[in-house]
Amino acid sequence: MSEPVLSVTNVQVQFGGGSVRAVDTVSLEVGRGEVVALVGESGCGKTTLIRSIIGLEPLAAGSIAVEGRPVGRGRGLRALRRKVQMIFQDPTGALNPRHSIYEAVAEGLRIHKVKGHEPTLVAEALASAGLRPPERYLRRFPHELSGGQRQRVLIAAAMALGPTLLLADEPVASLDASIRGEILALMRSFVDTRGVSIVAVTHDLGLAWNIADRVAVMYLGRIVEVGPTEEVLRAPKHPYTQALLSVVPEIEGLEQQILTGETPDPSRMPSGCRFHPRCPLVASGEAERLGIVDRCRGVDLELEPEVGAHRVACHAVRA
Amino acid sequence: MSVLELQDLHVTYRSEGGPVPAVRGVSLSLERGDTVGLAGESGCGKSTIAAAVLRLLPKGTEVSGKVLLDGEDVYAMKPGRLRAVRWTSAAIVFQGALHSLNPVRRVGNQIEEAILLHTAVSPRAARTRTGELLVKVGLPADRAQRYPHQLSGGQRQRVLIALALACDPKVLIADEPTTALDVMVQAQVLALLEELQREQGLSLLFITHDLSVLTTTCERLAVMYAGRIVEQGPGREVFAQPHHPYTRALAAAFPTIGDPASRMNPAGLAGDPPDPSALPSGCPFHVRCAVATAECSSLDVGLRVAAPGRSAACVHVEAAHV
Amino acid sequence: MSDLAQVSPRAFRWARRRASAAGFWRSLRRDKLALTSLVVLVLFVVLAVVAPWVSNRADFNVINTGDNPVWAKPSGQYLLGTDNYGRSVALQVLWGARVSLFVGVAATVLTIVLGTLVGISAGFFGGWIDAVLMRITDWFLVIPFLPFAIVLASVLGRSLWNIVFVIGITSWPSTARLVRSQVLSLRERLYVDRARALGGGRAHIIGRHILPNVTPLVLASTTLAVPISILTETTLAFLGLGDPTDVSWGGILDQARTAAAVTTNRWWYYLPPGVAIIMVVLAFTIFGRALEAILDPRLRDR
Repeated sequence: MSEPVLSVTNVQVQFGGGSVRAVDTVSLEVGRGEVVALVGESGCGKTTLIRSIIGLEPLAAGSIAVEGRPVGRGRGLRALRRKVQMIFQDPTGALNPRHSIYEAVAEGLRIHKVKGHEPTLVAEALASAGLRPPERYLRRFPHELSGGQRQRVLIAAAMALGPTLLLADEPVASLDASIRGEILALMRSFVDTRGVSIVAVTHDLGLAWNIADRVAVMYLGRIVEVGPTEEVLRAPKHPYTQALLSVVPEIEGLEQQILTGETPDPSRMPSGCRFHPRCPLVASGEAERLGIVDRCRGVDLELEPEVGAHRVACHAVRA
Repeated sequence: MSVLELQDLHVTYRSEGGPVPAVRGVSLSLERGDTVGLAGESGCGKSTIAAAVLRLLPKGTEVSGKVLLDGEDVYAMKPGRLRAVRWTSAAIVFQGALHSLNPVRRVGNQIEEAILLHTAVSPRAARTRTGELLVKVGLPADRAQRYPHQLSGGQRQRVLIALALACDPKVLIADEPTTALDVMVQAQVLALLEELQREQGLSLLFITHDLSVLTTTCERLAVMYAGRIVEQGPGREVFAQPHHPYTRALAAAFPTIGDPASRMNPAGLAGDPPDPSALPSGCPFHVRCAVATAECSSLDVGLRVAAPGRSAACVHVEAAHV
Repeated sequence: MSDLAQVSPRAFRWARRRASAAGFWRSLRRDKLALTSLVVLVLFVVLAVVAPWVSNRADFNVINTGDNPVWAKPSGQYLLGTDNYGRSVALQVLWGARVSLFVGVAATVLTIVLGTLVGISAGFFGGWIDAVLMRITDWFLVIPFLPFAIVLASVLGRSLWNIVFVIGITSWPSTARLVRSQVLSLRERLYVDRARALGGGRAHIIGRHILPNVTPLVLASTTLAVPISILTETTLAFLGLGDPTDVSWGGILDQARTAAAVTTNRWWYYLPPGVAIIMVVLAFTIFGRALEAILDPRLRDR
């Protein structure tokens, strides 16, 4: 693999003065033109991770580099932000209701003083995001557009700056089902035509199957499984990934493993493997049979060292 | 006799910009112990139906057709009778559990209130019953002492279900009960609803935008578009072999993980869900339809039998079976 | 896209402004009471502005009124009668409008500028800046107004500008609190996050997203601050703390009191300035409330 577009190394993000480790020692690399889906339940730290990539959350430890250059504070941050763009879950909230569509798209162009005739650039960006003819949208306001159109405006505004990395926070979760595919196809088309890389945060495994080259599953601030989409989703190794897949209604034949208990809370981090209080292997006695139950309860673990592309953080897999 | 029957229901909202036909002729029946799913996108009228069953629509809304609860027309009821029927015959689990609970009252008191309002029992008995209900929905009885904000999203949704069950309704209408929840919690709530339905012989009308949730929970499924049912049939069949092009697109929008056809190939539908106040002519779906013919822009067909137990509102359905 | 080549970004901005002005006028036209208030206000402003052209300030200087009748009742010659020095009450009220409106507007501008500056800084930057600014605000908020004003007026001397200063310095804290709370909520909006993600700095976010969103609120509270300032000026002038060389409505009332107009039942001396105060204050308040309802989306029904 050539130089990665994004490399996240041992990143930690903390809240509440260090009492909550929302992201706890995460490393991830994203290659050029690669789509990575970051999957997990709310509170697993996936959104915090991508917000830290774009500088919206300060790092407590670790480092993030985009195209080999470390992300720091100050002057370099602005140049970085042109390279890294973000789209949001709620396109309605992400658009200032007082700004017209033209202004929403032009905002980034102005911040980065992009050369060229502004109205033409804006129109081209809208057209490339499927809002055709663009003249029809320029003067409108966000509330006059549908949810899908608003998300297209945000994608247009992000892509207008020619980023190398696009971060997407639940890009289709608030959209109607029939719109979903169109937006995903649009995102994927920018990968194929412009070589942009995408990190998409989602709870929707179907999205990963639809557009992602690789999947990283997060649980309580850690990546517990990462690998090529086909391998992770067809042959998951971590019991958490297996459980997540089993409750997807479209997958038949898999016995449902509904985990009991609440969505995990990062302010109360369990000892040992973070997943052990909900782990079906521990609950069923399988872990005891394998003789690893003490390690599950007492020994914290990270992803196994790089042996292949598909890596897991689970005592049972290593046993 | 069906516990809930809608006969040619029309609901038209009044707005500044003129009348908005939200539901345009829906007929549907729910048998005892049955689960019927109602799927559709925003603005298709599915939530309007939930509100229409208990006459919870805003003042001035025009309703025609019939809503029969246990054979009795809800829209012919006197106000006193209507109040009695609400919650005892049919109850609703709303979406957005945070907003349907009073934030400054303990959840137990809110359930007790519903019991005391509809049944002649002592406050002590109501309290005992509240505890039982919470246990039934999988919460410890002491959660009654909590305020809504002290509970997680999944727990609040369980409280709402307990609240809906407070007066032993025959019909439970669940309007997007799992939408704001995490996948795992969503699975927990779905399993709970299924269990309650089985154990208590509840009849469940399950309304959601998520077609995939319905296929596993519902025996029968109705897909709505622009205020009408466009396809009906057994849940799994409708999802697996849709007859209406809209259902086909909707089903494809939920990819089957492991299916090579959908890998790197997200399927969607061009255009947006229609605005109920400005519906296209003819079949309202024709502007987004991949197989529309010339006549679709003027011809609006009703539901047609497509196969045994299946019907769809599309001109192509007839062509396939002539 | 060819026709776009000639279009300038400015044209879009103007089109938008025209549309929002038209929408504003439409909402205002529906509110008859607010419209009436606006007419009253415009009338008073016009009167105040044209006063120097239709009359002579010197006409009611005590040294020039030797020949005028004293305590004349309202008549064709003296529209609102004369006072104990033979000065025309109508002229005094007319000229008083200039002072009262000026003080009202000037003090409000001071209030708004200070309050908005402090409110935005505290709300946007947060942290210790917020803590320090808010403690200062609280400190000003609990100053007992009248004693403070009396002390300040006697220290600084009695002039119009000092009155403006006194009112401004004591009334900005409430505006600051209002603006701060609005900024706190705006700061958390997703579109502010997006602007940061796009690479926008603080100046960009404040200028493009925060300020335009607090402006309507500030504008509405401005129209509510003017009547308070006018009343405050009246109070101070009535207490004898006004500028002795100028005539304001409060000042007239004070002189009417000293001349015992109330006890001798010379209503034409104290009633006209009183009615003028009530009308302007009421009109400003009603118009301000209407403005608030139109401009503040939270108060709009839809």
